[in-house]
Amino acid sequence: MPTSAPPVTDASANRADLRKEHIKDAVIRLAGNSQDGIQSAGAFLARLAGRSAQEVMTYMTIPSTISGGPSIFQVRIGTGEVLSAGDEADFLVVFYQHSYEEHIGFLKEGGILLYDSDHVEPDTQDKRFVYVGVPITGLTVEALGGTAKDKGKNIFVLGLIARVFHLDTIKLEKLIQEKFAGKDESVANTALSAFHAGYAYPVGDVLVQLYHFEPGDESGPPQITMDGNQALAYGLLAAGIRYGAGYPITPWSSVMETLRTELPKYGGLFVQAEDELAAVSMALGFSYAGNLAVTGSAGPGISLKTEAIGWASMAEIPLLVINVQRGGPSTGLPTNVEQSDLYQAVFGGHGDSPRVVLAPKTVEDCFYIALEAARIAREFSTPVFILSDASLATRIEAFDEPDLPALMQPTAVDLSPRGPDFKPYPLNAITKHAPPGTLIPEGGKYPVVTGLEHDEFGHPTGSPQLHVDMTAKRRSKLQTLATQIPTPAVYGSQAGDTLLVGWGSTYGPIHEAVKLANTEGYEIGAIHIRYLNPLPNGLENLFAKFRRVVVIEMNDGGLYGYGQLASILRARYCDPKIESLTKTDGLTYRVREILNHVLKP
Amino acid sequence: MSTESPIAPTAPPLTKKALTADHPTWCPGCGDFAVLASFYKMLEKRQLPHQNIVTLAGIGCSSRFPYFVNSHGAHFIHGRAVPFASGVSLSRPDVHVFLFGGDGDGFSIGGNHLEHGARKNIRLTYVIMDNFVYGLTKKQTSPTSPIGYRSKTDPTGAIDQPVNPIKKLITAGATFVARSHATQVNHMIQMMERAHDHDGFSVVEILSECVEFFPGAFDAANPRKNGQFQIIEEKTWDGSAEDEARHDVTDEIAAYKLAGLPFPGLFGVFYDAARPTKNALEQKWINSSREKSRHASDLELLQASFDRIK
Repeated sequence: MPTSAPPVTDASANRADLRKEHIKDAVIRLAGNSQDGIQSAGAFLARLAGRSAQEVMTYMTIPSTISGGPSIFQVRIGTGEVLSAGDEADFLVVFYQHSYEEHIGFLKEGGILLYDSDHVEPDTQDKRFVYVGVPITGLTVEALGGTAKDKGKNIFVLGLIARVFHLDTIKLEKLIQEKFAGKDESVANTALSAFHAGYAYPVGDVLVQLYHFEPGDESGPPQITMDGNQALAYGLLAAGIRYGAGYPITPWSSVMETLRTELPKYGGLFVQAEDELAAVSMALGFSYAGNLAVTGSAGPGISLKTEAIGWASMAEIPLLVINVQRGGPSTGLPTNVEQSDLYQAVFGGHGDSPRVVLAPKTVEDCFYIALEAARIAREFSTPVFILSDASLATRIEAFDEPDLPALMQPTAVDLSPRGPDFKPYPLNAITKHAPPGTLIPEGGKYPVVTGLEHDEFGHPTGSPQLHVDMTAKRRSKLQTLATQIPTPAVYGSQAGDTLLVGWGSTYGPIHEAVKLANTEGYEIGAIHIRYLNPLPNGLENLFAKFRRVVVIEMNDGGLYGYGQLASILRARYCDPKIESLTKTDGLTYRVREILNHVLKP
Repeated sequence: MSTESPIAPTAPPLTKKALTADHPTWCPGCGDFAVLASFYKMLEKRQLPHQNIVTLAGIGCSSRFPYFVNSHGAHFIHGRAVPFASGVSLSRPDVHVFLFGGDGDGFSIGGNHLEHGARKNIRLTYVIMDNFVYGLTKKQTSPTSPIGYRSKTDPTGAIDQPVNPIKKLITAGATFVARSHATQVNHMIQMMERAHDHDGFSVVEILSECVEFFPGAFDAANPRKNGQFQIIEEKTWDGSAEDEARHDVTDEIAAYKLAGLPFPGLFGVFYDAARPTKNALEQKWINSSREKSRHASDLELLQASFDRIK
């Protein structure tokens, strides 16, 4: 093994002009295998950015195999607004030849390729890039002394990156120590040794120019760093959700794992049920008992829950249903992203079974949407879907710490006595159930909640008029909700050529595309639809201001050439100018993909 | 987790009149009427706070039960009443959960939930009115239909091995398993009382005749139809010689053997054993978690989580 061999390099000097020393924004991609710990190295960078008041967004792919396989972690750190994980990398770290071959096309011209010279032989004749070869494996083994083998090379690389980007090593060391707190002291020490070895490597001999991030503005509230599933779980805790039930499925599982672990501290309970049917049924049992509950899954599991969600619509029992969408149908692409469950969320029940559907736009919004979903479920006594997706679930962002004292919701069961005339299903008001334990005075009737069509007291009925009236009652409360939903604000150009319409996690790339197009002089605006069912009122006025309306989503254009939201909007507004841009490659939108479509003549 | 419910100090006594709701929609002569009457009687004897009684069911003729009881109630979907009732039980230690259903709901479409509710030993009382046929949908084979039974889906006679409910419940891990007959009101009341007293997943299977689609199905155990209603003799542990031969309700293997006797078999308590409920085990975890966090408020707990990811 070479010990301190000089870095292999070529072509760096003549391309250095392409690189600025002080940067606002950098995309760093780590490519290796899933067992190399690149996720944790990337997570350290994301946490550091959060602590430095910088914006950060990550992107990762994980193989759906049980163990191992190619994997990447990408982190984009910026001092300004970071809307997407980036189309191209400024800095690419590859651990293997296959990582190099797979990802070199992603490196921007003038970008730096940092490679493990023990495993990778790049084509240095390609003069577009700067090549920095470091015997990562050998040096890690040397730094840590044999027994750990090459475990720790992720942290070694973290040290290298810290050097190249002049990162705050004190903060990083603290993060490493915190991460391994509670474990044997030697674990943290080993990690720190690897980090120092990477940091001490004379990478500056090759890279005549290192980088400095422009400092973030640390005067605002502190930032917290987490992924979308964590944000959902914490949002539910803040929303006063104390009960839930679920069944494991990628990419939903970590929500239930967090809730299972956290809820007992709050006096609550999350149950791992025997299947999806039991999970939704148990959650409805919790809700019926007066504790608004959550269940969740990915598409296949939501399919199984569908009958019970229809019961929730009919019996008017509030429930939160989280769908962390992945590629479908069937088992589909378990670890890839897709937005193909919108129809399922909006229409996925038999009969006329209205439900509310919301979708978060960012990791931060995963937190706030949980609060909003719980508010709506309680106020309107209805099932509420939250459509997250695989990219939000796994990516890490830093965002301003929420104002918890202002946001925390109460958790008490409402057992206030009702009058003898109590009706669970009044035709002239929104249902407000009396959970078990509520006293109904003598002369009154204890309520039965039911999936059969019923009268105001919950008695089964076959009355044609009552079915008409009750169907309208269940629908009209969502129409009432629609009047309370804010009409989305237009981002970018307020009128003119093209309005982009997005929902869910496409928010970032769509908005970045608008920003870029506006600076190039195009009249392009964007709206983001956070409330998908019911839709906000007033969208037609926004559409009227633009020549084209392009709905962008990650699902199939289907038989008639329109994606799922595009079809719903066309059905709702009968506006032929609503176009559709869709894709089904299981990857998040690149800004360039959107611009190429929108700007084409 | 605990919920204080206001108990009216001057609550009127719980009478059959107070407990009666809609007139049952069952066919005249249906065995389920007697089950309902026994349930009223049992509640009258127990005098539970009216507002803390909850009557739940899935789908089927017998699952109409909640409409006929004036108590908090829910009529849920087919087969999923056990997990629904589990949600009520696990989050509300103050309410008494009574669950009703039939053989299709419990042993066929809901069979998996029965297994897991029993295994987890969730505190609730489940009365299964077993009529050996699908009645609401008008005479199809049920999971307990005997071989040879002619239904609309087995016009030449049922060919599949029927479920043995008691065996299924014992192997699943139910901690109280009893069997009764809808013509034996006093026995039904006794079994329901013991099931309700049991701290855990307690099930009473009641043979309840469908006069419309399987008349006479349980005559073999009805003394008025020249049958024999044979009751399990439980050990009294008096050390006597005759006590040797009596059934030890904590003996799982003996219970399983008794359940294998040919139809109509025995009635009474087959199995009654103490095992911690999921309710208690979860509460234990909650208590130790709360202690570990020094009973921090919800706000303090979540704030502490955020402080760790800053």
